Amino acid sequence: MDQQAQASAVPGLGRSWSIQRRIIWALVLREMMTRYGRHNIGFLWLFVEPMLFTLGVAALWTATQSVHGSDLPIIAFAITGYSSVLLWRNMPARCIGALAPNLSLLYHRNVRPIDIYVARLLLEVAGATMSFITLVLFFWSFGGLDMPEDVLQVAGGWVMLGWFGAGLALFLGALSEVSETIDKLWHPASYLLFPLSGAAYLVDALPKAAQDVVLWLPMVHGVEFLREGYFGSQVTAHYDMVYMALCNVALTILGLAQVRKISRTVVPE
Amino acid sequence: MIRLSGIHKTYGTRSGPVQVLRDVNLTIDYGERVGILGRNGAGKSTLIRLISGAEFPTSGTIERDMSVSWPLAFGGAFQGTLTGYDNLRFICRIYGVDPANKVAFVEEFSELGIYLREPVKTYSSGMRARLAFAISMVIEFDCFLIDEIIAVGDASFHEKCNRELFELRKERAMIIVSHNAAYIKDHCTRAAVLSKGELFHLPTLDQAFEFYHQSMTAAA
Repeated sequence: MDQQAQASAVPGLGRSWSIQRRIIWALVLREMMTRYGRHNIGFLWLFVEPMLFTLGVAALWTATQSVHGSDLPIIAFAITGYSSVLLWRNMPARCIGALAPNLSLLYHRNVRPIDIYVARLLLEVAGATMSFITLVLFFWSFGGLDMPEDVLQVAGGWVMLGWFGAGLALFLGALSEVSETIDKLWHPASYLLFPLSGAAYLVDALPKAAQDVVLWLPMVHGVEFLREGYFGSQVTAHYDMVYMALCNVALTILGLAQVRKISRTVVPE
Repeated sequence: MIRLSGIHKTYGTRSGPVQVLRDVNLTIDYGERVGILGRNGAGKSTLIRLISGAEFPTSGTIERDMSVSWPLAFGGAFQGTLTGYDNLRFICRIYGVDPANKVAFVEEFSELGIYLREPVKTYSSGMRARLAFAISMVIEFDCFLIDEIIAVGDASFHEKCNRELFELRKERAMIIVSHNAAYIKDHCTRAAVLSKGELFHLPTLDQAFEFYHQSMTAAA
């Protein structure tokens, strides 16, 4: 039985780690149950849904002969680009307003807002990652796509994009508990950020002035890094991973601080 | 032992901050059964959520050196979109208990049959109370917090609840909040009265009831 004297928003290491892991796992399972249930393909939707998105975009871009400023095959371009958008964009969407449907669970002392956020983040990362890997393997098996030139660099870019999404999600999610404006603004913001995010173009194809502007966006660096890992010598990538890491650290700190703040005032229903 | 020292609780509202609890002090030892009487809106549920640790006081400290339950009430602490079985499994996972040994008890106690496979939001309030109470009895605590749990359900359900709580677990500490003086009288060893955010300790149960009735008539 738990003897934890008090649950803080950001729990200390050691003893509470096993409780923490238990709670997050319970929340992950619960979340899968409520989102996907036991009907038809059940939790497979976790990655089939993002896969359908990516496939749709890939088909659309192929049909419209989309101009992306390189001679990369359009399927490969769409899969690397749109998968990374799904990775960082869905996490904030799932974390904004995440507490409301879970307020009754906060009656249990060891369930804290951070656990609810982490559970949702884990599910989003798992879904986006499985979708990306499945699509790559699928198109590779038909010869529509080559394997990445540098798998480690692709994984590195993916991790950085996931970290960016998680930091942003914690910050916006916790902020949305204080201000409903966040929810209203995130929809247009995420919509507008998509074309700017580097998913639909290569930075190298832009005029210098535009390059300088889009490189302020942290996720552009992640996508460029990932594409360099995937296509290697076929592309000239522009990125500064130190800049992206600093942005991620800042977002994570702001996010955790805001989660801690709301954890002290949230009222279970 | 649980000790509350100098607890204040303030909520922010559109009309400015509202103080719900004012300098509340309370100590509960192993095996004690404390009743807290209060009218609707006196701050009973807030107090019990603070004791459980689900909420934090604005100021003051709460020490616990025994395990304390979540506030057992007829509704909260469950997920409406999940089935009865899934709620049981979820609660077991949170508290690190193997659900396999507990299914039979919940089935028998709740008498919900096939409805355990339906989402809790489709239950009537009586069914919800049965499920909530059954699951609450699956996890053992040194101290149970009881928030008007007996307010719903029929006589046989009350009888079963009383047996589980006051006979099978009579050595545990309990804090029972209620507006029903008779219920507190039947089950508590001492009582305190919560009135306008302040907690008044009275030496005997009878004095507590008298004080409670006076505070009610004074307010009416």
